[in-house]
Amino acid sequence: MSSDGVAARFVGQSIARREDPRLLAGRGHYVDDASEAGLLHVAFLRSDLARALIRRIETEEALRLPGVVAVLTAGDLQDAGPSWTTSSGPTALAPPLLASGDVRFVGDPIAMVVASSRYIAEDGCELIEVDLEPLEPVVDMHSALQGTVRVHPHTDNNIAAAIPETEHLRVDSAFRDADLVVTRTFRLARCTNVPLEGRGLIASWDPYSRQMVIRSSTQSPHEMRAFAARVAQIPQPCVRVIMEDVGGGFGQKMYPTREEGAVIAAARRLGRSLKWVEDRRENLIAANQARHDEATISMALTSDGDILASKINLLSDVGAYPTGTPGSAASMASLCGNGPYRVPDFSLQATSVYTNTCGKGAYRGPWAIETIAREQMMDHVARQLGMDPLEIRRRNVLRKGDLPWTLASGVALDDVSAETVLELAAEQFDIAGYRAEQRRARTEGRYVGIGFSLCIEPSAVGRGFWGSEEAVVRIDPSGGVTIMMGTGSHGQGVETTIPQIVADKLGCRLTDVHFVQGDTAATPFGPGTGGSRSAVIAGGAAMEASSRLRSNVESLASHLLEAAPEDLEIADSYVSVRGTPTANLSFAEIARAAYIDTDRLPPDFELGLEEAARFKPAQPFTWSTACHVCSCEVDIGTGQVRLIKYHVVEDCGTMINPMIVEGQIVGGVAQGIGTALLEDMAYDDSGNPLATTFLDYLIPIAADVPDVTCAHLETPSANPGGFRGMGEGGAIASPAAVANSIADALWPLGVEPSSLPLGPSQILALLSTESP
Amino acid sequence: MDEQVVELTVNGITMVVRVEPRTTLVDALRDQCGLTGTHAACEHGVCGACTVLFDGQAVRSCLLFAVQSPGHEVVTVEGLTPSDGGLSPLQEALRRHHGLQCGFCTPGFVVSLTAFLAGTKSPTDEEILDACSGNLCRCTGYRGIVRAVRDVSRGLVE
Repeated sequence: MSSDGVAARFVGQSIARREDPRLLAGRGHYVDDASEAGLLHVAFLRSDLARALIRRIETEEALRLPGVVAVLTAGDLQDAGPSWTTSSGPTALAPPLLASGDVRFVGDPIAMVVASSRYIAEDGCELIEVDLEPLEPVVDMHSALQGTVRVHPHTDNNIAAAIPETEHLRVDSAFRDADLVVTRTFRLARCTNVPLEGRGLIASWDPYSRQMVIRSSTQSPHEMRAFAARVAQIPQPCVRVIMEDVGGGFGQKMYPTREEGAVIAAARRLGRSLKWVEDRRENLIAANQARHDEATISMALTSDGDILASKINLLSDVGAYPTGTPGSAASMASLCGNGPYRVPDFSLQATSVYTNTCGKGAYRGPWAIETIAREQMMDHVARQLGMDPLEIRRRNVLRKGDLPWTLASGVALDDVSAETVLELAAEQFDIAGYRAEQRRARTEGRYVGIGFSLCIEPSAVGRGFWGSEEAVVRIDPSGGVTIMMGTGSHGQGVETTIPQIVADKLGCRLTDVHFVQGDTAATPFGPGTGGSRSAVIAGGAAMEASSRLRSNVESLASHLLEAAPEDLEIADSYVSVRGTPTANLSFAEIARAAYIDTDRLPPDFELGLEEAARFKPAQPFTWSTACHVCSCEVDIGTGQVRLIKYHVVEDCGTMINPMIVEGQIVGGVAQGIGTALLEDMAYDDSGNPLATTFLDYLIPIAADVPDVTCAHLETPSANPGGFRGMGEGGAIASPAAVANSIADALWPLGVEPSSLPLGPSQILALLSTESP
Repeated sequence: MDEQVVELTVNGITMVVRVEPRTTLVDALRDQCGLTGTHAACEHGVCGACTVLFDGQAVRSCLLFAVQSPGHEVVTVEGLTPSDGGLSPLQEALRRHHGLQCGFCTPGFVVSLTAFLAGTKSPTDEEILDACSGNLCRCTGYRGIVRAVRDVSRGLVE
């Protein structure tokens, strides 16, 4: 029973997903599945140099190819409007839609060919002659920070954003007084999101109806609409964005990108319907990348292992054209401070630098470096002190009695479960048993290790562009319930979970609720789906709107049944008088009075059965907690890592659909395994991306992911429903759990990794340089 | 490029399509035959989202040309799905075990695993894991897919 007396029948159940039948049958409707008469296709000609001046572009031969309708370069789109995104605002560095005068990374789009098929459009690209005058690129983030080569002309330096070092007296004094100060640098390789479906859209502009219709593979249909209106310079009400099924995003489709802007501008200019669907090579080299961060952490400790303070210096490579705000990952890292530990003093400085590589974008926990580095540091420090990694965590973890705990950022952690998830994880994983197995294995010359990773996840940011969501709920004349939201669910199952909430709140049958999202003509404004916000914020809006609608239903039923509202019960889409079950009305009968037989109601009665509510959480963040434990065996002959067992204990508050929660965790863990073991979007010194196919950029396959077991706590948050967001935690906590298990396995050999990924060649290189 | 008229036999129906020699089978199925369940996600034969049955064998339709197909039987995910709105036992098991999220890789898995289950009686857990390792999924982490195949192989799904 929830707090307002409404029985929870569906929230908490692993209800089968509505999305599944069509997706399993191959009847999902993704952007490339859509077509229309007169559709033209776009292909981009992209730079194969990382930094160069564009001396000449010859397009005549391409234009003469039968089937080619247009060849556009930057000059042809110069009348387009600005391409900034709403959350970044007009002051951000908004890149030109097509490279203008120079190119700044390999993959930079120089020209677009519009033709009757994608095949012919690509033929057209091959016929364009481009003279590029090479310039020396800056590829390495340290060179970008210290050197003289500028990624963007007319800038003083390559700094995209910075949090400066500030004087922090308590941190400084903690370091002076410490028994031990430990400093280490942890590095992540550049990764990329790899949604199975790349970016794509169909943009149609009709100069006679003055309407633009866009079919988009996006996480944010309303933002795509706002962006398109700005780029095409037409009023926003004249733009309709339709988002149907989307094949993954993980943040890569959260913000509209340049190519999408170029297609929109070209459609506006040509007055045609244009389709662009990126291929995998484009997605790997030109869709936004992530995780290219270095963190130098210093910890001040007592000899017993109490952490007194920590300092972090973050350096991030944001490429040439980052999307979103280039400094946002660092400020989120700063927000999290020392994470789930009772360490009062913390300071962070951070610098994001431009390089002549593909721009950085959001990827599932963009600030994950703070957990990935800190959790590896915890194990490193434990080894320095001769302590077990579990013990140093037990010693420093936030306990219930420490809460509420104010992070160094000033934000309060009120009800996280750090100690509980840690202890449960240790108990459920049988640490003692594994340590015995580890000792046995070492006598056999085998190297087995265990790794922990403890994290807090800041979900559901409750401020600014991302901070609110609206739901419109209506009962139609047939008694059916429809809820309309501006969300952009792309695999998270929001089409299933929101009806669970509505049915509980409204008292209707689950099968009577239908969820509409993705069409800006039919839904209220929302920023989109990402940032672990759906349960809290979309769920909160759905609860509030459903609550209001329930009051209307009760008010109408009260009049029609001649009973007081407090004497009414609602279940299975029927309203009845408590104690008199024969006195009842179906939703359909109530709807009939509300819409058709309105003469049955008094003249001043508020007609209709539709309510809207916009919800914003009271607190700026809603925190989830998780502890991951991983065991592995490292083959020191081949450098291969085999993951044996993986366990997660997490607290994401009230779970709407436990099956979906576990899907998010396991999917996130798989991505973290990729970050830890496999994924490296490497560039050579000339700025050429080296991993341009799936043969080089390796994402986990089924054999790479062990059985992941999960245990759940449900400490309700202060939000309606008690929900907490958790979509990113799996990917944030897992890389360190895997890395720590490897470090634990190899420690007897004197090897301690500090860079990811740890593929066979990296492990063999570490082993060949170990100290005896 | 010269277009040719070829006959494709897909899901038991013979269709006449106009393709260039370089038109891949996946593109012909999607654009000419209206069968958009088969997805192109890498176009270099690694991810498996384009998997179809070609004379009963699971193959990458991005690595075949349409002009190679006349005289062969092609089956797509649409041909493996009951026509009445129902799901096959494998599809039902995938649903039960949350073996899909965004759905983009799903048709490729359905086709690949249908072929595997048809050809392997009583597979071991190792064989099942191996069979699931030929297709890429970025959303699920694969465990639901593996459990689904295990259930179907043990006859636990109607």
